[in-house]
Amino acid sequence: MVDVLFFVFAAMAVGGAFGVVLQKNPVASLLFMVGTLGAIAGIFVLFEAHFLAAVQVIVYAGAIMVLFLFVIMLLNLGHDYRADIRSGIGAFLAFAVSGAFAGLLARQFRGAEENPLYQRFPGPEGMDALLAEQGIVGAIARPLYTDYVVAFELVAILLLVALVGAVALAKRRV
Amino acid sequence: MTELSPTAFWISSWAKVMFVFTVLMVAVAYMTYAERRVSAFIQDRLGPNRVGPFGLLQPIADGIKNILKEETMPATANRTFFVLAPALSIIPALVTFAVIPFAAPLGTPWGVVDMIVADIPIGILFVLALASLGVYGLFLAGWSSNNKYAFLGGVRSSAQMVSYEVALGLSLIPVLMLAGNVTLTEIVWQQQQLGFWYFLPLSLAFVLFVISAFAETNRLPFDLPEAESELITGYHTEYSGMKFSMFFIAEYAHIITASALMATLFLGGWSVPFWSGDHMFWHEGALISGFTAAGEPIAADPAWWKTLLTLLSFALKTAFFAFVFIWVRWTLPRFRYDQVMHLGWKVMLPTAIAYVIGMAAAILLLDQLGIEGFLFGAILTVLSGIATLFFVFVVDRDRVIGGGAVTTQSLRSARVPVGPAREVASVGEPPSASIER
Repeated sequence: MVDVLFFVFAAMAVGGAFGVVLQKNPVASLLFMVGTLGAIAGIFVLFEAHFLAAVQVIVYAGAIMVLFLFVIMLLNLGHDYRADIRSGIGAFLAFAVSGAFAGLLARQFRGAEENPLYQRFPGPEGMDALLAEQGIVGAIARPLYTDYVVAFELVAILLLVALVGAVALAKRRV
Repeated sequence: MTELSPTAFWISSWAKVMFVFTVLMVAVAYMTYAERRVSAFIQDRLGPNRVGPFGLLQPIADGIKNILKEETMPATANRTFFVLAPALSIIPALVTFAVIPFAAPLGTPWGVVDMIVADIPIGILFVLALASLGVYGLFLAGWSSNNKYAFLGGVRSSAQMVSYEVALGLSLIPVLMLAGNVTLTEIVWQQQQLGFWYFLPLSLAFVLFVISAFAETNRLPFDLPEAESELITGYHTEYSGMKFSMFFIAEYAHIITASALMATLFLGGWSVPFWSGDHMFWHEGALISGFTAAGEPIAADPAWWKTLLTLLSFALKTAFFAFVFIWVRWTLPRFRYDQVMHLGWKVMLPTAIAYVIGMAAAILLLDQLGIEGFLFGAILTVLSGIATLFFVFVVDRDRVIGGGAVTTQSLRSARVPVGPAREVASVGEPPSASIER
């Protein structure tokens, strides 16, 4: 059952990703993107990473893609279909860059067992015990606010700086 | 009492899905009837009273009419998305109900059946995820119609829903802090254990949640996406026949789901007030009704009449909030668009953040002092009550949300500023007052 569902979601994710790049209409691309994100959330659920799945949908499908949508609507794109990547050298470069990136990712993940973070993974039984003890959110929240609190706060400050920077750039007069 | 076998789980799940879907659809049909009747009574009319006794068969007549009506397809519309949009708006509204527990667990010969379609460990987060997806249907309807009124409705809906989702999420955080978990079954259980429904110890969160829920469901006073007097009917201007009524079904399903959520989060869900016989919860594989003083679990005693009674309790609470939705719609005028944005970002968001911090401090302090049970709830009730009164006092019209009520006196005195709210009040002022300044 889980195996079958994995391949269903994986096919949806890959198909959606192709839809994003092959569609000429930006709104259709965006909906394919939402579908891809949803399929990845489904894969997270199959790995019993429920929290990650929910956050994936809330943050990416529900918030960031809606902002994309908002930009598309405000610029009123999508009613004239012009490809923004010219065929020929542009398309070749795009595929080369994304292929190189995929290769890099594959190389990185091949040695996942040696990664120091992976060593801390408690194994399936340990995970079950952890989830039973701290709940699905607690198991993520506790390390985030204890072991990794400095990194967490730094990321928060980075986001704040980006936010202030965006406002400062966009709004000259206050 | 034991848990279900896999076969019994499949069968009971199918039965629950069918039950919830049927009840929800019938409730939606009668929400349209209730809306028309209540609005009629509020406006001193009779409303639909011709089809069947008291007009009770009116929803069926409406349904038949909508199915038989001609569907138009605007020539310039984008066909795929035009057809897709009603479906995208109806699905999130219906699916959210899957995680809401609607009655006490029912004991059957095959084991205990939980009266919830899917008791998933992320509960509330699932609700938030689906709420954030609800905007796509409205947006796509507006955009694919290729009509400027529909388009404006779509833009407004995306801006409004994104803005109020933030306040909605933040108003839920005190609830999660107090319950210590994100599943809705556990939130109901914690309310039963505390002896206080959360609308008392977390009254400000309740107020903020209700306001955000009104904005999320696009109901008056937040119905900017379909403001009739400005946008014809906004995002569904170009729709007709069954596609049009699908938007309506989505809206009413949304209202019922939001009402059920309010009942579950703040009014004890399916628990019957002042009665501990319905306390039931899964604790380490056993259904318990509470703990003895020594911390030993007490086994629960599920019965069919308890399930029915709790179902009735849940239905009444949900119906109450659904009535409030209708009541507010026919009582309050619509916000202006800048007022909606102002309320969302400059009033609700800071208030929700301040309340989260305040409640976190209060709960931590009470935990450190070792205060539990009734006193714990009572202290939080008093603290939240003060916060709520202060919030209502500040948000009172003409202090923060300018332009709400322009009295002759306030025009004559050229807005003598009311305390620190002076700068904020200038946002929505009528032009005459700002010229004077």
